[in-house]
Amino acid sequence: MTVELERTDTIWLDEPVDAPPVDDAPVSGAAVDPVDDAPEPPAEDPDVPFRPSSFGPSDRLEMVLAAVSGLAFAWALCLVMDWSHPLTFAIWAIVWFVAGIYVTARARTSKVVAMDRLVTTLIWLSGAFAVAVLGWMIVFVLVEGIGGLVDDLPRGEWIARIGAVALMVAVVAVVRWRVGRREAQGSAGVVTRLLPRLVGSACAVGALVVLLSVINTEFFTSDIAEVGPLDEGGGIYHALIGTLEQITIATVISVPIAILTAIYLHEIKGRLAVPVRFIVDAMSGLPSIVAGLIVFTVWVNTGRGFSGASAGVALAIIMIPIVTRTAEEILRTIDDGLRESALALGAPQWRSVVQVVLPTARAGLITASILGVARAIGETAPVLLTAFGSAVTNYNPFSAPQADLPLFIWGLLREPNEAQIARAWSAAVVLLLLVLVLFITARVIGERGARKRTGR
Amino acid sequence: MPDAPAPDGASFEDVPRPIVQSRTFGDRVFRGVSAGAAATCLLIMITTGVFLTWKAFPAISATGPVEFLTGDTWQPDDEAFGVGGLLVNTIMIALTALLIGVPIALGLALFINEYSPARMRPYLTGGVDLLAAIPSLIFGMWGLYALSEPLSGVAEWLASHLNAIPLFRLTEPDVSLTRSTFIAGFVVAIMITPVITSVSRDVMAQVPRVQCEGALGLGGSRWGMIRDVVLPFGKSGIVGSILLGFGRALGETIAVVLVIDLVFQPNLNILEQGSGSISALIATKFGEAQGLEINGLIAAGLALFIMTLIVNLIARAIVNRSKLTG
Repeated sequence: MTVELERTDTIWLDEPVDAPPVDDAPVSGAAVDPVDDAPEPPAEDPDVPFRPSSFGPSDRLEMVLAAVSGLAFAWALCLVMDWSHPLTFAIWAIVWFVAGIYVTARARTSKVVAMDRLVTTLIWLSGAFAVAVLGWMIVFVLVEGIGGLVDDLPRGEWIARIGAVALMVAVVAVVRWRVGRREAQGSAGVVTRLLPRLVGSACAVGALVVLLSVINTEFFTSDIAEVGPLDEGGGIYHALIGTLEQITIATVISVPIAILTAIYLHEIKGRLAVPVRFIVDAMSGLPSIVAGLIVFTVWVNTGRGFSGASAGVALAIIMIPIVTRTAEEILRTIDDGLRESALALGAPQWRSVVQVVLPTARAGLITASILGVARAIGETAPVLLTAFGSAVTNYNPFSAPQADLPLFIWGLLREPNEAQIARAWSAAVVLLLLVLVLFITARVIGERGARKRTGR
Repeated sequence: MPDAPAPDGASFEDVPRPIVQSRTFGDRVFRGVSAGAAATCLLIMITTGVFLTWKAFPAISATGPVEFLTGDTWQPDDEAFGVGGLLVNTIMIALTALLIGVPIALGLALFINEYSPARMRPYLTGGVDLLAAIPSLIFGMWGLYALSEPLSGVAEWLASHLNAIPLFRLTEPDVSLTRSTFIAGFVVAIMITPVITSVSRDVMAQVPRVQCEGALGLGGSRWGMIRDVVLPFGKSGIVGSILLGFGRALGETIAVVLVIDLVFQPNLNILEQGSGSISALIATKFGEAQGLEINGLIAAGLALFIMTLIVNLIARAIVNRSKLTG
């Protein structure tokens, strides 16, 4: 091994460098890795506990009966008492259902089991409630806003296009499935290997093209400066420009500060570490409107006026604690052995951090930054106080008010007519999709990085 | 690598020897730059406190500090800035949010940790994180257009069936039940759920599994295990997570502004129209404020800043301590 440190990314983690042969290592079989002898923690859970199934057919029957009796009871009660509110019905049905589960379990087994079943039911209900609320919200926004994002086509066109996309997606799915099975069998000639792939890619591209062709391009390429409140048309171009510029400024400011702060907190552990961690905690709970208010007080209100850059600074104040905390968590997952081996090879600390720690943590740090961006991109209150919003396209982030997506939506929501509110919903769909894409990207990168770091 | 016992039976610990080295020039630059970045965070918070106090001073001294904190009039022309009623309403919204959100959030945390099938777990935690990433503006729009209608029905039901509880009483029989504290509280409850869930889930996941398995092995039910092992262990962390959610609820802006009508008088009938919060005041009045009113808004922001700072620091201290002892 040379003393020169090289960016080898994962070599220390998943490939044990030829260790000296251990004398009493078992020699059975071929090339036993010495490390494998050590009782190292298994892949997923150290010890997945065995749970005997405690939910049998009779329990299932009890649950169905309780549900039926709940519905029947609530219906009868509402009929007798002449209540017509669906909520009254729902509450009585749930109460009777839960009580029924408790009572039957109590009668058949014991108090302890009955209580357990009651709590299990309540906890499943709360889980279902949370999932339902998230799903409801996303679907609601999509349904309200999708109309403004696509072209106004006759019904037949729609059916044809949706059918085409569905057909192509089906082809892609079948091809993927077939190819996966062929490769598992290991019997594939050149033609059988290439042809399905070509067909599959062509169909995927085709589906994408059809999907893109129905998008209302005007919505993305025009602003609303000359569009009257009741007019057709207009779009979010100015808001997209503003969001792009403000987020870029916020990222350029906050990511270096946040990652350096995380390095200070976890790698250097200097004298300021305790107060800084305290302050970062305090910052992460800072109401977003206060972040806007402070930039407004210090910068905007002292004669410099609204601008996109000041919005970028306000968003940076929101991003710094988010990115710092996530980045510190990532640094914490890196094995100390890595740092020490770099130091033992004679590298100064900065080389160990720059060439060993940061490359190992790269994916995690990118995830942290993207999550910060996802959080900042939807913030309305701070940009309201700093960029203020505008109907015209302002390319210069350093002077004059500028729009962005949240401000665009916010401005239109306060106007009392349907067309404007429909535009706001369409912009909300764009914003939601942006957040979703950022979020999923961050998770995919983060998971790949974690797999790489742990060598799995 | 796990600790291996040394041949003579004494176990050695795997602790690195402290390294004494003279720092190179590069190291000193590196440490300086990182310390500078860390100091920037300090600087931001100190600037916030100092500037807000400085700019708030004219408005507070014009009104008088006691009147500022207890009054419920906002008359910029008479130099009267009272945020007392708004403080009460802010706290009422946050408490309503806790009342609705805490059972859901803790139920969800237990569901993810103890009840859900292992295959679903990553998706559920992902869903909770996603819920935290959804912009508050979208929550507000959803609350305004999707929730107001059904929730005013709920409010009607509560007012007619549970009016034994003073909070649910109405001052007049046919007062409007939309744009109320209750509806704002419900929206905010959904928004703070991911905060409470993820923090309390982290704490409860640190319960020694051996103790849980021991409780089950002794014949305890799963609820018995949760009640006697998980909850006592995670108690302070759960309290901390609830406080964190409270801090988040106090500062929530856009979602609240969209679903309420701003009133300055304290409104304890949470089902009735008219509510308010400090951040809603800033966001609504900011556009047309001039002169001393801007200072008044900054003063209100300062009050919010101090309130959330205190709540958050207490919450963080509790959570961190519970993680250390855990």
